[in-house]
Amino acid sequence: MNPVMELGDYLWMTFAAFLTLATFSFLYKDNPLYKIAEHLVVGVSAGYFVIILYYGSLKTQLVEKLYDGQMVYLIPLILGVLMWTRFSKKLAWVSRYPIAIYIGIATGLAIPLEMQTKVTEQLQAMMVELHWGNLFDGGLLNYTNSFASLIIIIGSLAALIYFYFSKEHKGWFGGVATVGIWTLMLGFGASFGFTVMARISLLINRVQFLDQWRITSVGSAHQEGSGSYTAVYILILVGIFGLLAFDLIRTKGKTDTDLT
Amino acid sequence: MTLQSRTSRNAFWPGFRLAVYGMMFGIVFSSSAVLSQEATAEVDNASTMLAPMLAPAAPGNVTVEDAPNDAGHAVIVTFSQSQAPADGQALVLGYEIYRSLARSGPWKKVGAVPSDVDVTASLIYKDAGGSDKSSDDYLPTETDLFYRVRAVTADSTLYSDSEVSAPAQAVGQWWNSGRNPVFFFVLFFTLLTLYFLRVAKQRGDSLYIRPLAGIDAVDEAIGRATEMGKPILYVLGLGTASDIATIASFTILGRVARKVAEYQTDVIVPCYDPIVFTIAQETVRTGYMDAGRPDAYRDDQVYFVTQAQFAYVAAVNGTILRDRPATNIYLGKFYAESLILAETGAIAGSIQIAGTDEIAQLPFFVVACDYTLIGEELYAASAYLGREPLLLGALKAQDYAKAVIVVLAILGVIMSGLGYEGFAKAFEAVG
Repeated sequence: MNPVMELGDYLWMTFAAFLTLATFSFLYKDNPLYKIAEHLVVGVSAGYFVIILYYGSLKTQLVEKLYDGQMVYLIPLILGVLMWTRFSKKLAWVSRYPIAIYIGIATGLAIPLEMQTKVTEQLQAMMVELHWGNLFDGGLLNYTNSFASLIIIIGSLAALIYFYFSKEHKGWFGGVATVGIWTLMLGFGASFGFTVMARISLLINRVQFLDQWRITSVGSAHQEGSGSYTAVYILILVGIFGLLAFDLIRTKGKTDTDLT
Repeated sequence: MTLQSRTSRNAFWPGFRLAVYGMMFGIVFSSSAVLSQEATAEVDNASTMLAPMLAPAAPGNVTVEDAPNDAGHAVIVTFSQSQAPADGQALVLGYEIYRSLARSGPWKKVGAVPSDVDVTASLIYKDAGGSDKSSDDYLPTETDLFYRVRAVTADSTLYSDSEVSAPAQAVGQWWNSGRNPVFFFVLFFTLLTLYFLRVAKQRGDSLYIRPLAGIDAVDEAIGRATEMGKPILYVLGLGTASDIATIASFTILGRVARKVAEYQTDVIVPCYDPIVFTIAQETVRTGYMDAGRPDAYRDDQVYFVTQAQFAYVAAVNGTILRDRPATNIYLGKFYAESLILAETGAIAGSIQIAGTDEIAQLPFFVVACDYTLIGEELYAASAYLGREPLLLGALKAQDYAKAVIVVLAILGVIMSGLGYEGFAKAFEAVG
């Protein structure tokens, strides 16, 4: 069914499994294994993103455009070079200009977009949400349709009132604001549950990977060709748990301050 | 009793058998009838298939006009469909749109539209090309374009072409009228802000803003860090410098840096984005200068980590556990890392103040942090902290804009409910 994995592939798989376990060891506490995983991932990703940045942005958005003769791209090039003046104490002030231009343009672009997506579109959607005629269905309240819309509208307006900062939350105003914060918290609760489900699925994925690594290493009655690397598997597990046990004994009774 | 029942059974069986035979006959007969019908239909189909088919009628009235409210690389093609197929004519399945820079061609197929059941209805196709000259879908601006529509059938050899359209040009517009509602809102908000800036300047910092628990806690947290002799960790999140939440966070960082410099404690700012890192460095340095302690500022207080989300989280988690900051402040744009950071901070025993406008992440901060600034509270925090007329005026303007929005929403709901959809339509932004 599953051919014996090549040693090279198996070693990469083992390395990934080792890093997974090293990262999970953070659940115990900060330890040398976690530090190895942390420094490795930070270093590798920083280097990786330099390359991504060059090929994904600099090359396609600047170098190739300049080669095509689109000289307008000299402006961002100059602004980018000016950022490097930060390395000189005398000229560091020059780097404020590209920053100011960047922030100005970014804000200018963001404001109309935010106004459209977070104000006008939502306002318009709220206005057409409710159909009064459908509020009752056969003399009964239509819970699934129009009544739900009514709840959404009341909740949205109350939440908006919660974010009114010029008046203290007292009296009727405070009451409406309380409805607003309750609406928000209900939304947060639903969102929390939904996201936790997604995180659990990520955990399951990692656990399945570790299980696959175990099967590849020590074998399974249901999978032919697996189980050729039992020694490596045992060595890694003993190494990881041995190191954690040693760390536990070494730091027993010591406070964090003693260790740092 | 036994005899009676035997007799009745004998009387039952012949009738039952007859019914079964009748049923079987009925089934066989009806099956053969269906089969014979199918066979006839097959013969009919075969005769139809064998009959020579004619090309469909050509589509007509191809008109082309510039697509409104764009940068000038799109046109709208309108045409009337082919007439209903007459005897022997193939059925039209759809229409292919062809474009050329000259009336005589060469023609390039740019899209297709399925035919409508109602053949009297005109069809519309928007030919939206790209602006990159080297790209295949480049559509030149301010150049004569000719269009032709082809009615296609199941048989690729049977089709009909329309007449070539009159030339039309794609032209860019300076003003996107589809976004007029956005413009009016921005204009209204700008005027409101200018008015309240004037008021704030006249009245100083006496304008009322309700207390924000999370922000009140900032000064207290800085004091705690000073007493404990431990640093403050300030995380700007994963946003870029163009995110409003990050921009709001810069303002608060400036304030925190000034306080930190005054109290002679330390602030650590690990950054995810290189541009954010540069601005954060500048902000912290300015904060120290404002506090009159530029000598206390060190460049390594604000540092770039990496642009990989979880690598960044791993690094910040390490910092939290090793440096044990007294206070962790997470203000800005956060994604999946929010709970990981906040949980680690809680394990480390730090006071935690968080704020973001990412709705999906707010629940995690609410759960794991001591104080959380929800959405717009983050924007308000900078004004509340600084008490500067400029920021106070802007915050007041926001509040009044919100009041107007609430009134408009209530009016809109009532009007739409009563059937006046035009009121809601006035707020619709297109494009």
